[in-house]
Amino acid sequence: MKLTKSFNRSLWVFHLNTGSCNGCEIEIVATITPHYDPERFGIKLVGSPKHADVLLVTGPVTKMMAPKVRRVYEQVPDPKLVMCIGSCGQSGGVFYDSYNLDGPIDQVIPVDVYVPGCPPRPEAIIYGVVKAWEKLERLEAAQ
Amino acid sequence: MLTDLIGTLAGAVLVGVFGILVALFLMGVDRIVTARMQARIGPPLSQPLTDLRKLFSKENVVPANAIPWLFNMAPVVALASAITILLYIPVGGFPPVLSDGGDLILVMYLLTLPALALVVGGFSSGSPYATVGAQREMVTMIAYEFPLAVVIIAIAWKLAVSGIPLPFLLASVQANPVWGLVGPLGIIGVLILFFVLIIVTPAELSRIPFDTPEAETELAGGVLVEYSGKNLALFTLTQGVKTVVMASLVVALFIPYRLSALLPAPVIMQPVLDLLSYLVLVVLVAFVAVSLIRVSMARFRINQVVSMYWMYISIIGIAGMILIMVDHILGVV
Repeated sequence: MKLTKSFNRSLWVFHLNTGSCNGCEIEIVATITPHYDPERFGIKLVGSPKHADVLLVTGPVTKMMAPKVRRVYEQVPDPKLVMCIGSCGQSGGVFYDSYNLDGPIDQVIPVDVYVPGCPPRPEAIIYGVVKAWEKLERLEAAQ
Repeated sequence: MLTDLIGTLAGAVLVGVFGILVALFLMGVDRIVTARMQARIGPPLSQPLTDLRKLFSKENVVPANAIPWLFNMAPVVALASAITILLYIPVGGFPPVLSDGGDLILVMYLLTLPALALVVGGFSSGSPYATVGAQREMVTMIAYEFPLAVVIIAIAWKLAVSGIPLPFLLASVQANPVWGLVGPLGIIGVLILFFVLIIVTPAELSRIPFDTPEAETELAGGVLVEYSGKNLALFTLTQGVKTVVMASLVVALFIPYRLSALLPAPVIMQPVLDLLSYLVLVVLVAFVAVSLIRVSMARFRINQVVSMYWMYISIIGIAGMILIMVDHILGVV
């Protein structure tokens, strides 16, 4: 599957909660409010992973969620991008060392961009998208 | 005979391309206007084109328990039938390409085809969400069909009793604006019918508040849930072309006015003026029927959609029709 400029300018996002405390969800919803208006860059939330280009994963991946996370990841059509939002997805966060974790996220599915924070501010999430664009442009130049 | 055929084919291709371009334009305008009404900046005008190009470059996933040939055929049929309707409707200020082949009744039947293709696609996806969405799409279709028929029949009846030959032909509807045929009471009736058709439009396009078949937050995309890549792009395009169809239908039925009739202009400039007035009217209709209603309302439940169309909107439409009839009887007496 080819990466194009149109792909960068029309990222449709599917949000997946793998056991997060909902703090990151609130910040993600804050990111799509009119104040930040990511639709300026063609970013919008979609309801089905089949429509998505970006998988926005939050939470530390509990044991029950791990197979579902893999399944949703496989359902997103190529080319795709995974963004890990929040400290939980990177290290387990406050749930570090819990008996009930299969995570962090990069143990389950490949991650492209990490956005740290507990929870990350909307500005941080938008900066994460910019980082994703930079990565996409690098990949585009390489292909 | 052969030149006729070639002319029709060329016209069909032209109208198809024109329809898709206007569809992309309307979708872009809709998104910008919606954003401005929500105090946002909004995407660039070319965003729908960017989305489509992205979707065409993406992988096309066919679910394991789908029926592949039906699943892949539905979007093509939907887009083709949407473009076919455009051939029977005056687009861009020009008479319809297949003007002698069909009339308003045919357009009404053809309008169900893209929705039916969507239903077939939904059922063949093999996903419970898509099945529920397809059922809702069918119910919505049954719900809005009656008010739509009331509007079309009322106008055709008025044209018929005014002694206009072939009242169901879109060319005669366009040539004789219904406003000029009725008295003061009838004007109120026509206004009511205009309102009814504007309310029917978002359901026909399954936009908010009547997007129950797609309902992203409860059905995860409903009928479209399993569609991706090329197929999703075709359905998105169908939605856009249907917007053009409905806007053109509203313009042809209720505001069939052209600048060239009002302004004295050289013959060469007349098509340009007609095209301009058509575009302005279509954008206006799409703004009111799609963007304004979409921004100001939330989604209805499916039972609310049905009771609204079958009871309230139907009664309002029939009242409009009765007003036109009373106006005609009073005018004759």
